Amino acid sequence: MPEKPRPCGEEHPRSKLLRMDRIPHIWCPTCGIGTVVNCFLEALLATPLNLKKTVIVSGIGCTGRVAGYVNLDSFHTTHGRAIPFATGLYLSNPDLNVVVFSGDGDLSAIGGNHFIHAARRNQNLKVICVNNFIYGMTGGQMAPTTPVGAKTSTTPFGCFEHPFNLPHLAASSGATYVARWTSLHLRRLKWTIQEALSRRGFAFIEVIAPCSTVYARRNKLGTGFDLMKFYKENSVIRHGADTKDVDISFQGKIIVGKFVDVQKPTFLDQLNEGYSKVFGDKYVPYGSEKWHKMKSEFQVSAAKA
Amino acid sequence: MKANPAGVLTGAHFFDGDYACAEGAIAAGCRFLAGYPITPSTEVAERITQRFPLVGGMFIQMEDEIASMAAVIGAAWGGLKSMTVTSGPGFSLMMENIGLAAMMEAPCVVVNVQRAGPSTGLPTMVGQADIMQARWGSHGDYAIIALAPNSPQEAFNHAITCFNLSEKYRVPVLFMMDEVIGHMTEKVVIPPADRIEVVPRTLTAKKPGQYRPYDAAGGWVPEMIQAGDGYNIHTTGLTHDERGYPQMTAECQEKLIKRLTGKIRENASDIIMVDESNLDKADVVLVSYGITSRVAQAAVQQARKEGLRIGQVRLITIWPFPEKKIAELAGKIKGFVVPEINAGQISYEVERCAAGKCLTRHVPAYGGAVHDPGVIYDAFKEVLHAGKTQTVR
Ligand SMILES: Cc1ncc(C[n+]2csc(CCOP(=O)(O)OP(=O)(O)O)c2C)c(N)n1
Ligand code: SF4
Ligand SMILES: [Mg+2]
Repeated sequence: MPEKPRPCGEEHPRSKLLRMDRIPHIWCPTCGIGTVVNCFLEALLATPLNLKKTVIVSGIGCTGRVAGYVNLDSFHTTHGRAIPFATGLYLSNPDLNVVVFSGDGDLSAIGGNHFIHAARRNQNLKVICVNNFIYGMTGGQMAPTTPVGAKTSTTPFGCFEHPFNLPHLAASSGATYVARWTSLHLRRLKWTIQEALSRRGFAFIEVIAPCSTVYARRNKLGTGFDLMKFYKENSVIRHGADTKDVDISFQGKIIVGKFVDVQKPTFLDQLNEGYSKVFGDKYVPYGSEKWHKMKSEFQVSAAKA
Repeated sequence: MKANPAGVLTGAHFFDGDYACAEGAIAAGCRFLAGYPITPSTEVAERITQRFPLVGGMFIQMEDEIASMAAVIGAAWGGLKSMTVTSGPGFSLMMENIGLAAMMEAPCVVVNVQRAGPSTGLPTMVGQADIMQARWGSHGDYAIIALAPNSPQEAFNHAITCFNLSEKYRVPVLFMMDEVIGHMTEKVVIPPADRIEVVPRTLTAKKPGQYRPYDAAGGWVPEMIQAGDGYNIHTTGLTHDERGYPQMTAECQEKLIKRLTGKIRENASDIIMVDESNLDKADVVLVSYGITSRVAQAAVQQARKEGLRIGQVRLITIWPFPEKKIAELAGKIKGFVVPEINAGQISYEVERCAAGKCLTRHVPAYGGAVHDPGVIYDAFKEVLHAGKTQTVR
């Protein structure tokens, strides 16, 4: 007779960074989102970043729920608005490392305008997009990333629209770091996130990940193992690829790798440089130590209030 | 706490309402403005762009008003007093995130310099038709505070009041200016900083681990933190418990909504400001706000000259509505006259609170111009001569 399963008595290796009091999470078995979170947390632990100063902002969707499980200051906002919320948060304290977790619909449909403008400004945000080619949370409707021919609940005869090529959109809008992996590429994804976290500027990492429940099932693509096997057989690593060549077709090859890694002054660098030129010493650089002191003059502790 | 002198331009100035509003915000300690240009509010942002660089403020022109409102909430969580400025079309775009600010209890100020609508309407001309939208514009049950200044001086003074109330109650406060107040230029006296009372951003004294972001400890308003201080808070637009964690239950929803609406309703007497005069022996009471309260003075003077007894309740606070005051007066007078530059908004509130005890006469103007005082005067007479409780429209 098989032994009754018993608790292994060990802690989850990432429990420090997870809200264990909120586990079990809502994600389906074999969903790719959890894997991406795991890679992110490993990457975060491998960086020297101050965890106190690291914050997560999400919009709405299955991916949007990431903010609810990570044990950092975490903000679950409105559909599509994670990036502008994160912009305000970062600009209210430039010491913060601000990470945005977004679904493909959240980021490129309802939030598409914010995405291109944050990239254009080279706002100092790290954006991780879980692209499952579909609106997972709402039951599998077409997304701007749905490949031509794929079935969704709102394209029951197949999707006929041209999809977005997200790395190309990010790069041509001005993102200074652009990469793509699948949720099979655990170590590479971790390294990439780690590298992006250490860069200043707008970083965009797309992770192709399975939505087993509403994308794979409707398109008869199999389950967990089949989806990983597909990624293994169809991913092509091509670092430095021209982003205009990395679009994805239905069940076609997936070009992965680091596509863009350039240096460019951020929104705040530009502002500080510009104002310093105009105002000289009268200008206190935004985000500097002196600026932080000015900010604290407007605050009190409840103990003293 | 007294205002930080760094941002206060003490002295007598000749400002329009938009500039005065910007100066009030700076004096109140606002250091973040995210906005998108729209007439007739743009001058607030323009003034801020000139003033912020040397007082440590951040202005960012966002890609739209949706982004602006989202950024304002983000900045509030990062520890800055934050605001956005807009007019009708932008105000409509902000609605979803105004609900998020109410739900997350993010202190912030939204200035709406009202123009005539709907849609693009009369972009450069006056309106007062966003009053109900201010109260109810986002979906679901929530409560906000809204104020309406009637001079550039009040645009300065009450911009400060808006920030103070938003900090005290952790709620978005809507500053409902109108195009005429925004663009009229008058003397504005800015007092010395030590004569300006401001409510600072008050951060909890609790340690991480003891602190729960939505635990109001039996009161109405929970204590705040700022991101990056190690509290590892979670906040969400979903229905949430004291920990800030989503709870998809009717019980949690009831508890939360009762607190979010109750914190404004139960503190109404602390929040509400009205300017009242000649109520003692009044037969008719004028209820007005914004520019209309000033236009109506010509009608009041004429009526008084003829011996009519006109009292006045001028709303500085629009929401929460001064229900008690109106109900109390209703039993003593013949009727209310309510001129507004809309087809009927605050007049419905007056009528509701009067509860049939006296007349309510709405005097509409449809936008693009202020009232002819003559129509307000006619309404006084009409009410005096009308039957007992009929509503005159
Ligand atoms: C303004 C608004 N419109 C629509 C929705 C409904 N909605 C919630 S999540 C979602 C799509 C999510 O898709 P995606 O961003 O790809 O995330 P996924 O669930 O696939 O991770 C939609 C349309 C909403 N919450 N808010
Ligand atoms: S619906 Fe799809 S995306 Fe959402 S949790 Fe399930 S598998 Fe993941
Ligand atoms: Mg998706």
